[in-house]
Amino acid sequence: MRLLTHNMLSCNIKGVTNGFPLRIEVEKSMEKEVDFNIDFLKSIFSKVEWTALVDAARSLGYNELPEEVADSSTMLESSDFLKKFHHALLELHLEEGALICPETGRRFPVNKGIPNMLLHEDEV
Amino acid sequence: MWYLCVFFHRLLDYRRAEVEALAELFGAFDDHQLQRPLQWKLPENHHPDSPFHFVNLPSEELTRNIANRSLLVKGIYELWGEGDNYEELEKAVTSYPEERKLPYLTTETTFRIVVDSFGKIINFEEQNERIQSLKFVPFKGRVNLKNPEQKFWLMETDNYGSNNGLPPVVQKRIFFGREVGAADRKLLPTYQLKSRKYLGPTAMDAEMAFLMANQALATKGKLVYDPFVGTGSILVAAAHFGAMTMGADIDIRVVRDGRGPDCNVWSNFKQASHHFLDFSSLLALDVCFRIALPFIGGDGFYSSPICFLRSIEYGLPMPISLLRADNNLPPWRQGLKEIFDAIICDPPYGVRAGGRKSGGRKLLKGVIAPYTVPDDKRTGHIPSTAPYSLAECVHDLLELAARMLVMNGRLVFFYPVLREDGTTNINFPKHPCFTMVASCEQILSFRYSRYLITMVKTGPYTDDIAELAMKMHLEFKENHLKWLEDGNLHSAVFSPASSVNGASGDFNRDSKPKYRGKYV
Repeated sequence: MRLLTHNMLSCNIKGVTNGFPLRIEVEKSMEKEVDFNIDFLKSIFSKVEWTALVDAARSLGYNELPEEVADSSTMLESSDFLKKFHHALLELHLEEGALICPETGRRFPVNKGIPNMLLHEDEV
Repeated sequence: MWYLCVFFHRLLDYRRAEVEALAELFGAFDDHQLQRPLQWKLPENHHPDSPFHFVNLPSEELTRNIANRSLLVKGIYELWGEGDNYEELEKAVTSYPEERKLPYLTTETTFRIVVDSFGKIINFEEQNERIQSLKFVPFKGRVNLKNPEQKFWLMETDNYGSNNGLPPVVQKRIFFGREVGAADRKLLPTYQLKSRKYLGPTAMDAEMAFLMANQALATKGKLVYDPFVGTGSILVAAAHFGAMTMGADIDIRVVRDGRGPDCNVWSNFKQASHHFLDFSSLLALDVCFRIALPFIGGDGFYSSPICFLRSIEYGLPMPISLLRADNNLPPWRQGLKEIFDAIICDPPYGVRAGGRKSGGRKLLKGVIAPYTVPDDKRTGHIPSTAPYSLAECVHDLLELAARMLVMNGRLVFFYPVLREDGTTNINFPKHPCFTMVASCEQILSFRYSRYLITMVKTGPYTDDIAELAMKMHLEFKENHLKWLEDGNLHSAVFSPASSVNGASGDFNRDSKPKYRGKYV
């Protein structure tokens, strides 16, 4: 699971209002190379919840992202920033572990890189 | 400028739609170069299903891009002349402006002439005669059959009789032109399903998957999502065109496990195929080996030639994300919207594979309440699922697309239609955010066909629309059984014909039209 995916997911158990961001529990993580595409990064940037991405990257041991992006238009011209953003968003990969709902503590397991977001009978 | 666009005689309804989608992709409508949709013309007296069409495109470069990326375009040509006979053709080609012809006929160019006909075969001698008869064209270049710079095509279509399944032809027509671009169908044997390691019962065939990716304008830097990803066939096509891909499926065995470490959705992206021998000859070789084995001796282990299939890899970029999720209860965070450039899918409609959603009501053993999972059994619990009706499935898909597609993003999906009395009753799904730009029919049986629908997001997803969608969602939940009954395509398609046609429904075989049109 890439952090782009993590940034899009929340716990959708019935009645949960604050299911985002899911806390990452790491058993095994790795890096997987992805082709660098500036246009994609620029267009996806505005859709990303920045704080959630910074925290998620940190939980996978990557601390290079700035806490806040004050001026996104200048930041997106910096190739150094884009490289870090690319690496955090697309190349950090959670292979084994879990995503944990901040409100209920429900564990969504991640096996072989695939998060299992399906709910149980009593959660829908 | 008007070009002659010659199609393969396949998927007739899909052909113009593909060219229009690719014209959009390569920018034919930017800066008002052209009005939408494209202008088309048919040669005089030609049936609409004829392979010969004229299309108006702004530039040669754009035309070449369209032709080279398409699947159904045999070639797009600058037409130098046409006629009912060779005298007329000569007159037409001779009077075609010299300045359009001479740059392609100089001594420095290499060329070849291809003779082709639609609906009948021209043998080698006849082809040679036809080429000799083109003496009136002042070719000065050298002939190069393998790798010419210019290809000239002489194409004929003649009255071949009416009963061979091809569109009727009124009179002979001859076309002569210079090839501007042609489809690369070599990618089809490369990606054909039989060369894939991991297949499901409803894997999308390669040609259709590539057509869907073209309709969705999949290209480098775009993010494409398939909510019913299965074995990933559709995403493989999108990834081939450079798109980033994401997929979800409700069945964890499909997305996570596959059939082992080298046989799963991921492996379909780096997957092997063989360019030198086709699969059937390998299979024959394999059988020979197995028969010969007892006589050769050996330790009983033998490496099948089929293993060679694994020698070449697609090397496609892996999906950015695969997850297990339910399209009925998608796990997207609040406020997330307009993130995908295209959504492409073949939803489960219950004909070949039934859809499932969360909310199963399988009774749980030894529990507190009938549907409450006890705490000690939560880890590794496999929740039961409920059937998913067609209407609800389409509703969820349109809602997902309305929310998650960027403006002008595309939703491409299959929609099943029951045909009665051999004709199709069409009632396509609608949504306030979407404009349908193409609907292409593929007839699957006498009673059932499917449409490939291409929709463009033309309106924003407002709070009002979201609220309406939520109401609809609750209604589906309440009337679950009713919707299941209404959308039961499986029984409509597979029950005996008489039960549909009533008592007088003796199926008349002669009623099948002689020209089958959209069946091909």
